Amino acid sequence: MTHKNVDFHVPVLARVEGEGAMHVKVEDGVVTDVRLEIYEPPRFFEAFLRGRDYTEPVDITARICGICPVAYQMSATHAIERACGVEVDGPIRELRRLLYCGEWIESHVLHIGFLHAPDFLGYHSGIAIAADHPEMVERVLQLKKTGNNVVELLGGRPIHPVNIRLGGFYRAPSRRELASLLPGLEEAREICIDLVRWTAGFDFPDLSQDYEFISLRHPDEYPFNEGRIVSNRGLDIDASAFEQFSAEEHVAHSTALHSHRRDGGWYQVGPLARWANNHDLLPHDIQALATEVGVGPVENNPFKSIIVRSLETLFAIDEAIRIIRAYAPPNRPYVDVPAREGEGWAATEAPRGLLYHRYKIDEGGTILEAQIIPPTAQNQPSIEADLKQFVEQHLHLDLEELELRCEQTIRNYDPCISCSTHFMTLHIDES
Amino acid sequence: MAATERTPTDNPTLAVWKFASCDGCQLSLLDCEDDLLAVAGRIDIAYFPEASSGMAEGPYDVSLVEGSITTEHDRKRIHEIRALSGVVITIGACATSGGIQALRNGADIEAFMSIVYAHPEFISTLDTSTPIADHIEVDFELRGCPIDRRQLVEVIAAHLAGRPARIPTTSVCVECKARGNPCVMVAHGTPCLGPVTQGGCKALCPAYNRGCYGCFGPMESPNTSALATQFSALGLDDDTIARTFRSYNGWSDAFRSEANRHSPHEVAVAFGSPTGDV
Repeated sequence: MTHKNVDFHVPVLARVEGEGAMHVKVEDGVVTDVRLEIYEPPRFFEAFLRGRDYTEPVDITARICGICPVAYQMSATHAIERACGVEVDGPIRELRRLLYCGEWIESHVLHIGFLHAPDFLGYHSGIAIAADHPEMVERVLQLKKTGNNVVELLGGRPIHPVNIRLGGFYRAPSRRELASLLPGLEEAREICIDLVRWTAGFDFPDLSQDYEFISLRHPDEYPFNEGRIVSNRGLDIDASAFEQFSAEEHVAHSTALHSHRRDGGWYQVGPLARWANNHDLLPHDIQALATEVGVGPVENNPFKSIIVRSLETLFAIDEAIRIIRAYAPPNRPYVDVPAREGEGWAATEAPRGLLYHRYKIDEGGTILEAQIIPPTAQNQPSIEADLKQFVEQHLHLDLEELELRCEQTIRNYDPCISCSTHFMTLHIDES
Repeated sequence: MAATERTPTDNPTLAVWKFASCDGCQLSLLDCEDDLLAVAGRIDIAYFPEASSGMAEGPYDVSLVEGSITTEHDRKRIHEIRALSGVVITIGACATSGGIQALRNGADIEAFMSIVYAHPEFISTLDTSTPIADHIEVDFELRGCPIDRRQLVEVIAAHLAGRPARIPTTSVCVECKARGNPCVMVAHGTPCLGPVTQGGCKALCPAYNRGCYGCFGPMESPNTSALATQFSALGLDDDTIARTFRSYNGWSDAFRSEANRHSPHEVAVAFGSPTGDV
C-alpha cells in the first residue's frame, strides 16, 4: 500500500560523523517540508582564530574534523600562503598531494566499508559484517590502514598530523622511507579493484537528479589542492570569487550554516562532482574499470557514490605510487612564508567535497578574520532535495524500510556533521 | 563493574559517547586496524553511533566519553551517562580539559556568536567549554589531541583485566631521550612544551624537528614558570608565551594559570568554577 501520511522518528542517525535531526512532512502523499536539523554544539573556530598567529590555523583548524584533518590543513596552508604571496612547487607540492592521497584512502574506505556498505548489505555495522564475511572486512581494514600509513609516515600520526606547516613540512621523508610504503600500496591496489567490483554488485535504489556538480578543476590532474572552481553548468571561477558565488544562510533549525548559490538554487560537492568535472583526467584503466562496472562519465544516482568513492580510492592509490616512484627529496622541507598584510583564499578537495578557507592577516601575521565553508554545509540542500524526491517516490515501502532508506540517502553524502557542526533525528510528521 | 544485562556472548559491554569534539578520538578506535576485530571479539560494542546503527540500551560496563560540555542539554546528558555506566573513561583533550573550543572561556560569547552566526538567537550554548570531570566522577582520563590508539587499546585491555592501565604521567622529555631525539630547544632554540607536557605520543613533534605543542596536556607537577622563563630567554614576548600555553589543553589548571601570568585575557573567569556544576 502507499502511505498518504507517515510519521517516524530516528533519535540518533548512526554511521555519520556527528549528530543531526531530520523533519519530513508528508501530506496527502506529497512531501511538503524537509529539514535537516543539526544540533552539533557550536565550537566557534572562526571567532577564536581572530588574534591568533598566521602560522597556527594549520594545526588549529585540523581540530574541526578528526576524519579529514588533512583537508583542513591543506586549505589553511594554501589560503595563508596566498595571502602572503607564496607559491609552493616541486617535491613539496608532490608531498602534499601524497598526503591527500593517504587521507582520501583512509576516509573513503572508512565510509565505504564501515559506514555505507552496512546499508546495502543489511547490517548494523562493519564489525557486524565481519561476523559473516571476516575476509572482506579484514581486507577493508588493510586498505584503510594503507591510507593511514601514508598519512602517518608523512604527517607523524593519522589523526591531526604534526608535520605540516606553512610552506611545506617540518621534515621531508627520505626516498627510502617513502619507498617503504610501496609494497603495501601495491597490495592495496589489488584489494581496491575487488572493492570497486564488490560495491558495484550492490542493489541501488532508483534516484537521480539533474545536479549542479561543483568541484576543483586543474588542467592536468585530478584535483586535490589546486585548480579553478567549476561546475557542469559552466561555472569557472577563482577561489577568491567563491563567496560572491555561494552564500551561507543561517536557518533556525541548524547550528551549521546552509550554503546555496547567491543567484538561487543549490549544488552538490564531493566524489560525484569531482567525477563529473574531471573524468577525462583519470587514467584510462580507471575509466575502463568504471565503464565495466556501469559508471559513466557522469553519475547522477547518489547511491552509486559508493562505487565512485571506490574508484577514487583506486586513483589515490595509483597517484601515491606514482609520486613515491618519482620522488626526490626537496633541498629544504619548506619554503619561507613571511607575514604580510593581506587576504588569501583557497579551496581544496576534502574527501567529502570542496572545502573553502579565507584568512585576512595584518603585517605582523595576526589573523584579523577567518572564514571556513565545509563541504557538508554546501551539501545540506542537496541532501534535503534527495530526501524529498526519495520519500515521494517510495511511499509504498513499509515504514521500517523507508526509514532505513532515508538514512542511507543521507549517508550517500558521507556527511561530516562535526565539520558543519550534530544529532540526526529523522522525523516524518503526520499532518 | 556494574551489573549488566549480558548479551548472548557474555562479553562486557562498551559504549562510546560524543560531546563537543571533532570525532577524532573515537575514530582512533576504528583506526586500531590490527586490533579492532580482536577487541570486538572480547567486548560487545553496544553503543557506538559513529560506527553502528545497532544501539543496545544500557547499562554499559565501560563508557568512553569524547568531547567537552558546552550546552545545557549536554550538561544534563553527561549525568545520565554516568548513571548508566560502570566505568567512565574520558578520551582526549576536549573531554579532559575542555579542548581547543575552551578558547571561548572568558571571551565575550555574544561577540563570538555574532562572528559566526547571522542569528545568534537561534543558538543555544553555554559561555564555557568544560571537561567531563567538572561535571561527573571520571574513572580514568586518557590524554591527547588526539589520543594515541595504542594507549586506548591498553586502557580498554587493562579495564577488562581489572588491572591498572600502564599509562606514563612523565614528560615528553623522557620519551625524547628514549627515542634519541636531539633536544629541539637546546640544539635549535625552538620553543617546546615538552618539559611540562605529559608523554604518550612518543615525542612525536621533536622527532619531526618541531617543538611539542602540548597535545597531551600538563604532566604531573609541571614547572611551567621555569619553562616560560626559558621561552623569554629565547625571545618570545608575553603574548606569544600566553598563546603557546593557551591551545588544545589551554583550560587545564597548569597551562591556564601560566598563560594568565603573561596575558590577562581570560583572568575574569579563570579561577572560578566555570559552570558551578561539579
